Amino acid sequence: MRGSAIEVTRLRKSFGQVKALNGLSFDVPAGSVFGLLGPNGSGKTTTVSILSTALRPDGGGATVLGLDVVADAARVRQVIGFAGQYAAVDANLTGRENLTLIGRLSRVGRRAARVRADELLAGFGLSTAADRLARTYSGGMRRRLDVAAALLHRPPVLFLDEPTTGLDPESRAALWESVRDLARSGTTVLLTTQYLDEADALADQIVVIESGQVAETGTPAELKARFGTVVFQFGYADAADAESAARVLAAAGYRPERDGTGLRVTSDSGSGTVTTVLRTLDGRVPDPVSVSVREPTLDDVFRILTSQGGEAA
Amino acid sequence: MSTTALAPARQAAPRQTLSSQVTATFWDTIDVAVRNLRTLLRTPQALIFATIQPMIFVLLFRYAFGGAIRVPGVPYVDYLMPGVFAQSVAFGALGTAVGLSADLRSGLLVRFRTLPMARVAVLAGRTLADLARNLLVVAVMTAIGFAVGFRSPGGAGGLLAALGLVVVFAYAMSWACTALGLRISDPEAAQAAGVPIVFLLVFTSAAFVPTASMPGWLQAFGTHQPVDALVTAERALILGGPAAHDVLVSLAWSGGILLVFALLAARSYARMGR
Repeated sequence: MRGSAIEVTRLRKSFGQVKALNGLSFDVPAGSVFGLLGPNGSGKTTTVSILSTALRPDGGGATVLGLDVVADAARVRQVIGFAGQYAAVDANLTGRENLTLIGRLSRVGRRAARVRADELLAGFGLSTAADRLARTYSGGMRRRLDVAAALLHRPPVLFLDEPTTGLDPESRAALWESVRDLARSGTTVLLTTQYLDEADALADQIVVIESGQVAETGTPAELKARFGTVVFQFGYADAADAESAARVLAAAGYRPERDGTGLRVTSDSGSGTVTTVLRTLDGRVPDPVSVSVREPTLDDVFRILTSQGGEAA
Repeated sequence: MSTTALAPARQAAPRQTLSSQVTATFWDTIDVAVRNLRTLLRTPQALIFATIQPMIFVLLFRYAFGGAIRVPGVPYVDYLMPGVFAQSVAFGALGTAVGLSADLRSGLLVRFRTLPMARVAVLAGRTLADLARNLLVVAVMTAIGFAVGFRSPGGAGGLLAALGLVVVFAYAMSWACTALGLRISDPEAAQAAGVPIVFLLVFTSAAFVPTASMPGWLQAFGTHQPVDALVTAERALILGGPAAHDVLVSLAWSGGILLVFALLAARSYARMGR
């Protein structure tokens, strides 16, 4: 299957006076991992809730595998798996009971539900805890059970809403590995996250949303390239020194960002600027106590987009 | 991780026929009901409170207050038990509201909404499980009644018919509490919203004392509401005597509550996410 697995067109949704989505559009290529990135309240959860038929849009439209999420909602539910932001498992059922229940309700058949539950418990490292009540699980185990529950009927499209929020690093790594496995086996995965390293590590394609609109889109590499090739991080002895260095750099046409005694400058004109930036500062302000030069991360992209209203770079 | 555990299916299943939809809806309802009963058995506190509270009332009214309450022509314990049956299922129904609002808060209802299951099964399964719980509660209360000297002058048939009315009323109440629970995503708030209503209905009715001693305005309310109708019909059946009219009034109340609140609950569930 080629082409788009998910198409979102000018989607709008308000909650009272709050416009959660304000004309959001994007396409998710089939078989890819797609990262929906944005701060709290940017509309990520609203988007996946609409795509997984839990919410109705006010306007615009969306399709999943060509099926309309409103008009054909019942059929959309057959091809999607959804793991929401809160691990929605029944704490008073065992891991196995949770999965067989969801399996039956996903209409895979009673025997198949049992077999699938075993496969998934093994696949997510929950076999030994399978017959314990979910209320005895750690946060990471619950989260894995929750993702497993979204996979009972082998959905070709999977929605994960902030799947690693609140997880310890080890559980997070395990979940990342599961997402990669899913992608390798051909599942289209749309995940929301506020962690840029997560999108960087997992996503083939990223959409950054802010205030319910697309702020930026591209591959992780494209986004990083678009937002500068070099990031300088200076540390000064005191805030006054940092401030005067910021003024000097701003006068020279850079966009310095001061944070206490720290100063960050993102530059997009190649390695030549390392010397240029240093020469600009040399002799005009006290020497910094520390200097580091690195490649931009998605954090830098995100910071620039959200602090300067998307006009940067 | 093995790829077979993850490999996706390729496309949506074909549309279902009506009869296969009905069968599937039935099984969805059973699966949800079994889930709710399991949850209930694993949080036995809820079940224990559901029976202990009415048990305390039986003991209090039988031995502490009962001696001071005069009901002409009837041993007080025979007068008391129909009230206790009504009270235990009326308060027990609040568990439905609490459970549903807990599911609402935990995100489980959102998950259910994204599954290819029958939507009505979420509510029908919940109320079916409550029906089973209420049968158990009524059986326990009957046994306790017999232990403290309750006898049914109207005979076993009268008693069973009365208990049948109680269960019908309980089923209607669990739909009322379903409608309540779906609107409140905080279990404690759901409980707080339901308790005063049930309290008012139970204690202004003739559940424990005859309404004749109440002031006129209170009596007017107390004798025109579903708990009083139920208790009156139960007593007619249990104490023996003409009961047809009272039974019809109680069934009409239960039927009306069921109809109105099942529609409201179904509408709230369907409109969640608008």
